[in-house]
Amino acid sequence: MKKLIAGATALAASAMVAMTPVSANAKTITLCWAAWDPANALVELSKDYTAKSGVDMKFEFVPWPNFADRMLNELNSKGKLCDLLIGDSQWIGGSAENGHYVKLNDFFAKEGIKMDDFMPATVTGYSEWPKGTPNYWALPAMGDALGWTYRKDWFAKPELRDAFKKQYNRDLEPPKTLDELVDIAKFFQGREVDGKKVYGAAIFTERGSEGITMGVSNFLYPNGFKYQDPKKPYAMEGFVNSDGAVKGLEAYKALYKCCTPPGYTDAYMGEGLDAFKSGQVALQMNWFAFFPGLYKDEKVGGDKIGFFVNPKGAAGSGSQLGGQGLSVVAYSPNQAEALAYIKWFANPEVQKKWWSMGGYSAHKAVLNDPGFAKTAPFAADFLVAMGQVMDFWADPSYAQLLLAEQKRIHDYVVADKGTAKEALDGMIKDWTKVFKDDGKL
Amino acid sequence: MTGQKTPDKLVERAAQATPQAIAKRVRGLSDRAIAWIFITPTMLLLLAINIFPLIWTIQLSFTNFRANRTNAAVKNVGIDNYTSILSDPDIWAAMQSTAHFVFWTIVLQTLIGFTLAWLLDRKFRGHGFWTTIILIPMMLSPAVVGNFWRFLYQPQIGLFNYIIAFFTGVEPSSFEMIGSVQLAPWSIIIVDTWMWTPYVMLICLAGLRSIPDYIYEAAEVDRASHWRQFWSITIPMALPFIMLAVLFRGIENFKMFDMVNLLTSGGPGSTTEVASITLKREAFEKWRTGFSSAFAIILFVTVFGLANIYVKALNQVKSR
Repeated sequence: MKKLIAGATALAASAMVAMTPVSANAKTITLCWAAWDPANALVELSKDYTAKSGVDMKFEFVPWPNFADRMLNELNSKGKLCDLLIGDSQWIGGSAENGHYVKLNDFFAKEGIKMDDFMPATVTGYSEWPKGTPNYWALPAMGDALGWTYRKDWFAKPELRDAFKKQYNRDLEPPKTLDELVDIAKFFQGREVDGKKVYGAAIFTERGSEGITMGVSNFLYPNGFKYQDPKKPYAMEGFVNSDGAVKGLEAYKALYKCCTPPGYTDAYMGEGLDAFKSGQVALQMNWFAFFPGLYKDEKVGGDKIGFFVNPKGAAGSGSQLGGQGLSVVAYSPNQAEALAYIKWFANPEVQKKWWSMGGYSAHKAVLNDPGFAKTAPFAADFLVAMGQVMDFWADPSYAQLLLAEQKRIHDYVVADKGTAKEALDGMIKDWTKVFKDDGKL
Repeated sequence: MTGQKTPDKLVERAAQATPQAIAKRVRGLSDRAIAWIFITPTMLLLLAINIFPLIWTIQLSFTNFRANRTNAAVKNVGIDNYTSILSDPDIWAAMQSTAHFVFWTIVLQTLIGFTLAWLLDRKFRGHGFWTTIILIPMMLSPAVVGNFWRFLYQPQIGLFNYIIAFFTGVEPSSFEMIGSVQLAPWSIIIVDTWMWTPYVMLICLAGLRSIPDYIYEAAEVDRASHWRQFWSITIPMALPFIMLAVLFRGIENFKMFDMVNLLTSGGPGSTTEVASITLKREAFEKWRTGFSSAFAIILFVTVFGLANIYVKALNQVKSR
């Protein structure tokens, strides 16, 4: 009997050894992010880190619609799943104030990592809390902004160019203003191209998370919308609901009503990509992060696709900031290894490779390189867009503020409730209540 | 009869198999004490997973606690959460959407479910096969149902729009079920009715099959018409079952979340934002834990109160 037990134990032990993944490295750290193309590029890039440091990298990627819910739950429950987190820019306030992220100032100073080496908009957007102060909670990891793609091959068709010129008395070219953009979308709406009925534009209308807010901002910012009085924090009257902001919101609704494909009432980045890739739309609003993948697309990429920055409005330029910073989770038992990863990632050579693999570096060594603008057909536009970005509130109550805007804007744009002015006034009312509850007003 | 043991023999064997030490200890216990020993684990489990969370939720509902700010001081706010919920027009709009959804799903599911049960009770050839076919939607996961109905409602490629177009002659992409303020509430009612009518049908079928044949035979002898038999025998005798089905569906639909979330996410705008979606947003997106606890208590009391009134009515019908 003893022999039998000993034999069984040996068999079980050898089976367990056989099932354990073979790894020469003692440590493993987990990096959490959203599941999208740049995340796959980061997996490839991180193999260099494992080779150099001997630390294995594990990845936890969550699809965008569930990313915020999943990760904020993880942080709020003080979970140890993630050692490193590439969190959304709006989370920075809450994560800093609630102690979810490790403050990186001392580490940056010790390792000689300078925030001046990164594009200012990304430092403000992804790293600082409170905004405008040198308190850093993340390293800018993935620069991103909203941009547009268009069907270059359709724009080049002589019959379409002639028809457009006849109708609008100008050439069919990528728009310089939001009014021109609406004209182009109207021109393509319902038109037959290559024997198929096509539509004007794929824009963000999603209700559940952040979609319609991220979309409408690109019509609000260039028309003069501001979140608050620059001289008086949290004073919103006349800034959120300025005449320009009202016009911007009306224009977004007009674009939605006239020129989107049927059933486009709850669409975000995924639906936009689908509409563009399936040849349904002439224009698509989406994040620069997707542009490398779209450029490589067999059906609509290469010569068939063009890119442009969010056009100007009556008050100037403006694009919605996307992107994320890389933070060390305060509950991680592997903070030393996580910080070592950040140190490695901040290296200019690694940043150059990051860009070459499809990630959007925010490092000046990459962006200020004289040849950068020619490295990809959208690289120059990316630089312009990053120079004109604005971001949503990053306060700890950002989720409440975001959901209020989602509701007010969707109610007006998609559900036809009330006027643009009423929607923006309602937003001020909701936001004021949140800031009052937080003791900021 | 081989191998069949009487209960006495089983008890005897169990007694013999009990170790002496345990048998000695148990011997002195009363029946009541033994009963307590058996039910205590279940009671503790119930206390841990039902009663304790309920009491904790009630306690949280009087505070400004936020689960995402555990470092912040928790303040007692009295009944502020309750008053702001009851005076919030958005909450009332959500309750209205819920009431609309619950009312119409119950009406449609009861009518169609009972009709189907009545037809299947005719015992025609192949009725077993058709019963199984009808039950299929009920066996699917609400997540699957929500996702594939999203495709069916897609104006450009959705089968639903093409079927409507086939019968009415309208352009398939000329209307949007889940994107239209007027049609979106009906789109979720249609899906819920498609999915859960078989459940109502099953309960009604059980009711119809429980009516003894001799009652109908007596009615036949009395020359009662089929119409008279239906109203005087079938409906009254199946009514407790129908009411039970209505109770189950009412409670279930009052807290409907998954399907609505997948189909419309509460949109367009807030048109289909039922109470459970508002609750989820308050609790897990805005992280207003105290506020959402108060809302959960209000919903609980509403459902519990309505269900109690209804059960009393059901008992009255049964006792008639």
